[in-house]
Amino acid sequence: MSDNVLSNPPILVADQVTRRFGGLVAVNKVDFTIPERSIVSLIGPNGAGKTTFFNVLLGVIDPTDGSVEFMDRRMIARPERLAVESLLWVLPALLTGLLAFALAEAGILSGRLLAVVGFLVLLLLIGMLLLAIIRPVWYQTRLARVGIFRSARPNDMVEAGVGRTFQNIRLFKNMTAVENVLAGMHSKLHGNLVSAMFNSRGMRVEEAAAERRADELLTLVGLRGKGNEAARNLPYGDQRRLEIARALASDPKLLLLDEPAAGMNPKETQDLVALISRLRNDLGLTILLIEHDMKLVMGISDRITVLDHGEKIAEGTPEEVRKDPRVIEAYLGAPAA
Amino acid sequence: MTALPATNDAGRPSVPAGRVVRLLVLLAILGGIAWLAVKNMGAEQATEQLFNALTRGAIYALIALGYTMVYGIIELINFAHGDMFMVGAFVSLTFLGQILGLEGAVTNIPLLIALLAATFLVTMAILALVGVTIERYAYKPLRNAPRLAPLITAIGVSFILQNLVQLVYGPYQTNSPKIFPDTWVIQVGSATVPVLSLFIIGVAVVLMIGLQLFIGRTRLGRAMRSTAADRDAAALMGVNINRTIAITFLIGSALAGAAGVVNGLQYGVARFDDGFQAGLKAFTAAVLGGIGNTVGAALGGFIIGFIEVGATAMGYTRWGPAIVFGVLVIVLVFRPAGLLGQQLGERA
Amino acid sequence: MSVVTDLSPKAAGGGRMTGLRLTASRHRSWSIVLGIAVVGAILPVLAYLPPFSLAQPANAWIDGYTNAGVFVLLALGLNLVVGVAGLLDLGYAAFFAIGAYTYAYVASPFGNSVLGINLVESLGTEVGGLVFWPMLLVGALVAATFGILLGAPTLRLRGDYLAIVTLGFGEIVPIVFLNSDQLTNGTNGIGGLLRPSLPIIGSFSAINPWPYYITMLVLVSFVMIMCYRLVESRLGRAWEAIREDELAAAANGINTVTVKLLAFALGASTAGIAGVFNASKLVTVSPDQFTFIVSFTVLSMVVLGGMGNFWGVAVGAFVIYTINNVLLKTLNQFFDQTGFPILKDIDFIQLQFLLYGLALVAMMLLRPEGLFPNSRRKRELHTAITADEQDSLTTAEGTTEEGQR
Repeated sequence: MSDNVLSNPPILVADQVTRRFGGLVAVNKVDFTIPERSIVSLIGPNGAGKTTFFNVLLGVIDPTDGSVEFMDRRMIARPERLAVESLLWVLPALLTGLLAFALAEAGILSGRLLAVVGFLVLLLLIGMLLLAIIRPVWYQTRLARVGIFRSARPNDMVEAGVGRTFQNIRLFKNMTAVENVLAGMHSKLHGNLVSAMFNSRGMRVEEAAAERRADELLTLVGLRGKGNEAARNLPYGDQRRLEIARALASDPKLLLLDEPAAGMNPKETQDLVALISRLRNDLGLTILLIEHDMKLVMGISDRITVLDHGEKIAEGTPEEVRKDPRVIEAYLGAPAA
Repeated sequence: MTALPATNDAGRPSVPAGRVVRLLVLLAILGGIAWLAVKNMGAEQATEQLFNALTRGAIYALIALGYTMVYGIIELINFAHGDMFMVGAFVSLTFLGQILGLEGAVTNIPLLIALLAATFLVTMAILALVGVTIERYAYKPLRNAPRLAPLITAIGVSFILQNLVQLVYGPYQTNSPKIFPDTWVIQVGSATVPVLSLFIIGVAVVLMIGLQLFIGRTRLGRAMRSTAADRDAAALMGVNINRTIAITFLIGSALAGAAGVVNGLQYGVARFDDGFQAGLKAFTAAVLGGIGNTVGAALGGFIIGFIEVGATAMGYTRWGPAIVFGVLVIVLVFRPAGLLGQQLGERA
Repeated sequence: MSVVTDLSPKAAGGGRMTGLRLTASRHRSWSIVLGIAVVGAILPVLAYLPPFSLAQPANAWIDGYTNAGVFVLLALGLNLVVGVAGLLDLGYAAFFAIGAYTYAYVASPFGNSVLGINLVESLGTEVGGLVFWPMLLVGALVAATFGILLGAPTLRLRGDYLAIVTLGFGEIVPIVFLNSDQLTNGTNGIGGLLRPSLPIIGSFSAINPWPYYITMLVLVSFVMIMCYRLVESRLGRAWEAIREDELAAAANGINTVTVKLLAFALGASTAGIAGVFNASKLVTVSPDQFTFIVSFTVLSMVVLGGMGNFWGVAVGAFVIYTINNVLLKTLNQFFDQTGFPILKDIDFIQLQFLLYGLALVAMMLLRPEGLFPNSRRKRELHTAITADEQDSLTTAEGTTEEGQR
């Protein structure tokens, strides 16, 4: 737990993030930065808006206002210029259609050729719509350059380098541990439809390497040898570790852990602390933790941020936060007169 | 198996006015259609088609209610529900035709009333029994299984029902005694409207109001609502879940049976595969109105009736089913909550 | 009545594969080719032996095998969509129809006139029949495109809704074919399709079942190899992941949109291939070949055969088809001839859907993972606690088994 980590440049910057649900303001203008290679925690009483904030960071829901930048790239914000994007979808087809129409009127284009062009128009329209729903990364970057913006989806965040675990374990229960980790590796692998169908050598090499890496990750979290167990058959503590291994599989720079110690006994919690430290110290990850287990939080965090009723009420080192009167009030209520 | 939450219209406050606006739009559309109809067919025919549509719609509404209630309470699309309607049609025709030996219209009013009451009672009772039995033995064991299992079972049950009926009655249309004379008409303006239509619409409305009262005011109804909202919490409050679900099926099936009776009265024929198409359309109606919402199902039923009759009246009979399914797809894609439903959020 | 969480690794399929299955997995393609070849050789032999030879002549059997093969192809494709990716598609016959009609447009006089080309007339049957082979690919691609088109609106829908929408599409497509008289010849369908032909052998005929049979064996092998390769790849894992938990899959970097669309596209392409083949064999296409019955038959083959397991599904498809088209017919004949009192009056063919329905319900209640289950599917389906058991576990305080980890 070194203080100078906190002065590292931020890997994630959340600026005035707000999220409203109808009349209820779940997250209210929260500023939040995470310095690189730090372990920061987000705490607060139940209903403070931690999970909502988390979900905004991860692209699960859109913010009402504010933005999130990850590694200097704006990932999440209110959508911008959506109408323009809609226009973009129909424009190529429309233009080609108009051109065809003009040519047909002029008598240049007719019969078979006209039918072919009509077909082309249809293809263009369908193609653009497909592009719109699949939204590959290059499409998003090009659009961003023109000022059209849509928030990143969860899988985009993963590709950018953000990994997460879930509060209530969401493993792929009927897949084995190794398969879970390999699934987590999806965004970093390159096997695609064609290489699969042709069983190309490149794919086979990649798959073999992937399996080795999966075994490494399992060993890292302490699940060596349990690779072929079905995830649903693993004991609770192991399932939690497997979730972490799976999140690590995508080679994240930032790891978001949602109540990783829930349901753990003291010994397991200790192991978890050791694991998290290793992740930061050895692998150079930055970690954001939501937790209720105060011992864990106080013990491992470089910095703690406290939310209450959707607002940030305190932020600082564990000592500072522990003594902050507003924090005490939020958790324990106002001191007796 | 959870749906990805649609990236919500961030923070657009859900104004109650939105609902009102939607209904206004709907009314405007219906108004527009009515105007078109009058223009094309003349007021007289338009009025007749109006009642035609209402009659059709009443039948779909009755069937849709069963779909929506069952889905609301156990989140299962009861594929076999359309076939319950078909079974109802056959039960009523057996009762009237074979057991009572009737063939045509009955003009003696007290007798007619007695016969109608008896038919409804018998059919609805039998259907209720069938529905409860199916639930108990085919669906209940699979209540906690992944979605695929009960869905496939429902399809299997549908096939069983269709084929049992086909075994007994053959693959061709069977006649259903139209005991309600269709010569009885009243004049609405210059249009001739069969009293039978009014009767059917009336029956449907009465049943629907009865259902709303039951759900809203009785203890069992409250049990149904709470089970639909949160099954575990309802169980904690002492609600007997199994019985509540059974009763839901009972009522839904009885309503489908009623639909079968009026269908027989109106069209005079029944076929073993009537259930499939009718079921699909009724399901569209339920979805259109907002699945899980009984008022929505009724509304949806009438709308679908209008669409269908409208399509026929304008000469697109053959495309009728395609149009209805098209509506289904459009609703599910753009507004899965339907007209009166709520925006579905993420479910764990 | 089901098994509560079965913890032993072996039962859960958690152990390593051994012996035959391991070897088969390592040399997947070869084992498939070998397997199909063996089956493909045995079946005709059986056709010449009693009791099979008594039921119908050997050529009829072989023809029947080929027709069963069409359904095997369909079942393999649907297995990708339903069994692996978990997308409940109830309108699969639509893609079958699209493949068939695509072939009809290229390989029939009527179709040619609609497209404005002159293939059939100018090339004649022998040379024109060669068009069948590339059309297999074209049919697959066209069907795949429609798979994407029809799948796109369903992307945000959950299981039941997805099923109904696909059912709706499955109904709409034949209706469109039925009503577009100008383009599709409506109820009459399109006839006079070219049969496939090969350089030396010439045109396939209606009398000799062997060319079609062998072609089918090749197609089944090819499709099966592709299916296994896909499932054992990154894409296959992504499919399993979205099947298990879509949100978690997205949270782990899987672009659920792309993955689902690929599932639809690839599943549809198989149906497209089957459609082209079937059209070339029946030499007509008409809307009534593609009803919901077909969609549902294929679905039941997938479910009964063992979702997720390609060999299981193939065997299931074959068995069901044979039961349908041979056994029931034979039972009819048998009881007619021997004059059993009640049984001879029953038309077993009519009964087939009743039997389907019963079999499906029974399957779901007793063995939802199918006859030859994929170990994962078995875990998934067989560890559900029944409502009956849950009753006894729910105490007055309302603790339920569900909440436990």
